Amino acid sequence: MAYAEQAETEALHEPKSFLTKYIWSQDHKVIAIQYSVTAIFVGVIAVVLSGLMRIQIGFPGALEFMDASAYYQAMTMHGMIMVIYLLTALFLGGFGNYLIPLMVGARDMVFPYVNMLSYWFYLLAVVVLLSSFFVPGGPTGSGWTLYPPQSISQGTPGVEWGIVLMLVSLAIFIVAATMGGLNYVTTVLQARTHGMTLFRMPLSVWGIFMASIMALLAFPALFVSAVMMLFDKLLGTSFFMPAMVSLGQQIDHQGGSPILFQHLFWFFGHPEVYIVALPAFGLVSDLISTHARKNIFGYRMMVWAIIAIGVLSFVVWAHHMYVSGMNPYFGFFFAVTTLIIAVPTALKVYNWVLTLWKGDIHLTVPMLFALAFIVTFLVGGLTGLFLGNVIVDIPLSDTYFVVAHFHMVMGVAPVLVVFGGIYHWFPKVTGRMLNDTLGKLHFWITFLGTYAIFFPMHYLGFQGMPRRYYAYENYAFIPQSAQELNAFITVIALTVGVSQLLFLFNLAWSAFKGKPAGSNPWGAASLEWQTPDTPPKHGNWGAKLPIVHRWAYDYSVPGIEQDFVPQTVSAEELEQMRQLSAGTRIADVKT
Amino acid sequence: MALHPLAPGESSSSNPPDSPPAPGWQGIASDWASDKEAFKQVPWGKAMMWIFLLSDTFVFTCFLTGYMSVRMTITTAWPNPSEVFALTIGGQAIPLVLIAIMTFVLISSSGTMAMAVNFAYRRDRAKTTAMMLATAALGVTFVGMQAFEWSKLIAEGVRPWGNPMGAAQFGASFFMITGFHGLHVSIGVIYLTTVALKVLRGDYERSANYQVVEIAGLYWHFVDLVWVFIFAFFYLW
Repeated sequence: MAYAEQAETEALHEPKSFLTKYIWSQDHKVIAIQYSVTAIFVGVIAVVLSGLMRIQIGFPGALEFMDASAYYQAMTMHGMIMVIYLLTALFLGGFGNYLIPLMVGARDMVFPYVNMLSYWFYLLAVVVLLSSFFVPGGPTGSGWTLYPPQSISQGTPGVEWGIVLMLVSLAIFIVAATMGGLNYVTTVLQARTHGMTLFRMPLSVWGIFMASIMALLAFPALFVSAVMMLFDKLLGTSFFMPAMVSLGQQIDHQGGSPILFQHLFWFFGHPEVYIVALPAFGLVSDLISTHARKNIFGYRMMVWAIIAIGVLSFVVWAHHMYVSGMNPYFGFFFAVTTLIIAVPTALKVYNWVLTLWKGDIHLTVPMLFALAFIVTFLVGGLTGLFLGNVIVDIPLSDTYFVVAHFHMVMGVAPVLVVFGGIYHWFPKVTGRMLNDTLGKLHFWITFLGTYAIFFPMHYLGFQGMPRRYYAYENYAFIPQSAQELNAFITVIALTVGVSQLLFLFNLAWSAFKGKPAGSNPWGAASLEWQTPDTPPKHGNWGAKLPIVHRWAYDYSVPGIEQDFVPQTVSAEELEQMRQLSAGTRIADVKT
Repeated sequence: MALHPLAPGESSSSNPPDSPPAPGWQGIASDWASDKEAFKQVPWGKAMMWIFLLSDTFVFTCFLTGYMSVRMTITTAWPNPSEVFALTIGGQAIPLVLIAIMTFVLISSSGTMAMAVNFAYRRDRAKTTAMMLATAALGVTFVGMQAFEWSKLIAEGVRPWGNPMGAAQFGASFFMITGFHGLHVSIGVIYLTTVALKVLRGDYERSANYQVVEIAGLYWHFVDLVWVFIFAFFYLW
């Protein structure tokens, strides 16, 4: 069956009641909003947890309830929520759901029902995860990497229930991500509109597309390790548990390999970094091109770089395990592949900068966030070169240098893109602009604040301050000055954390009271801004699917007065525009 | 000047004329990247099933790799599969006889599945249903024999946390991997039965599109293929 028939005969489920329109909705736009709101909600919890941790580090003992167990629980939940339940869910479930059908010219995802199930499984995963705060023993405190044997050994907080709920929640999340990912990939491959070739797709779609493929191939490793660890915990098997003495007792397990878990975990964990980063790369490319009024520099190279990064990210995982005692030749191999990834990544950074070069840069709020992303990502990427080399990594591993590195490169940088993306697409989602003043305030506090938080951590790391300690007093090798720096970081972190309320307020207020945006407030050329309605109605495109005639980056085309040419403009229409523009110029000269 | 959105699809020349694709890799690449669909004439469900199976392959690969790595690193002796999985028939211990029958049953079910797909495209609804139900029945037989194998081993004292024959990981890997595969077979039986009954009821007559049978078949063949690897890596090693 040819595409067009399938797209047009596939009966779109028509929402009738409030319940099917907003709650049990199969519309990709509603699902995207559901995903985003849920993700931001858990994100707020994770920010609060990080604030509590920072208070303990900066002002030890200031919080009564913050003992070592509570600290580790906060740390674990902060990490897991931020990486999986916020960033992965928001980029794929939120941005992916909203943008893919609109950007490739589809009426919805190919299987809307599966798409809806994806969200409800995600919500279930979140509920299971958060329920671990209320069970005896609390959530697991084994660190977000959940390394056995300690994650399921007596003495680790949350070993009774927390770790079980965490693993079950992850398994449910993987089911949700699989259902979503299958939809995203199939939609991009098989449901593009007339004229939308793969090499006319905006880079946002490319980034999300590649990240979805990676999610489908990387999450299985996490799923398997979660199942095996659940068996170790509940059935008493010994996949990961070696024979050892714990709390003076010989444990029941023997013969398992904790390193096997590390391999499985990082076979998921490293692609996961790029599952978060590639959508960010894609979105930021579109933001930069749109707001610099210039076509993206080296579009095809950008696409191939996304693909290359995606492929390479599956062969670098053991660089997280340099100190696990592995064979030095192994380390050599993984160091080489890790450093090779720097090539396509650097290519992307150069291309962003070259896109900016001589552009007509509009310093709108999304653009500010996009620019901030480039500098933040650059710093985080450069420290990645340090940590990718075995010999430099070994003294730095498990210090605050690592904390600084990954927060810069896969924490703050993608979050800046999330903010930029929300400021950019909010007008399409709601039909209203976000408040500009609040946005700029939010931007400067967040950007400068996160730099002030994470940049000093590099120095702390060089001084040898280890990560994952609950208190840093009375260690001879940590100088007093480190404590002062820690207090400084805490103050800034709390400021930045609280200032996010500005953003939340802006979202809530502007959704109802914001300035009406019109259909294309940024003058963007890509397809999602050419919908007949704003916000787009169910089915997105009215009676007929749009026809695409060009790529998504025709900005400042010579000889055309309007500084962008939408993807739907055909060659003849472009010629008309050219003649009209020439006419206006002659008229200008005459007057 | 008002530019957009111009009503799409008005002029015929806006669509590039269909030119024959360039030869070689370039042709393949441009064909693959062309508009609407990357895989021509492939319905959405089929594409999605293939992608799902790719993802599921990674799940089984991780399970098998994990098992193999455990088996290679343990210090205690691994039980000999030929002895553990032997059945005593007529006073003679025959190694792997049950597994051989199970494998034969499952491979045969792939044959009946392929016939079902053939009949489906000929729109022979009765025969399609019969063949699909036969496939499901063979699947149930497989799961039944697996249940027999499990209960036999459990009776002999094999548990996920230990067994009398040797390394504790033997039982753990066995129950985990065959259990996960058995779960796939069971889901497949339900899936095939559902599709078979819908075929019989004539649900697909209106569109005359029997790709659903082939899509269900893809899943089934995959489950069979996985079994071949489990057979090789778990029982024959």
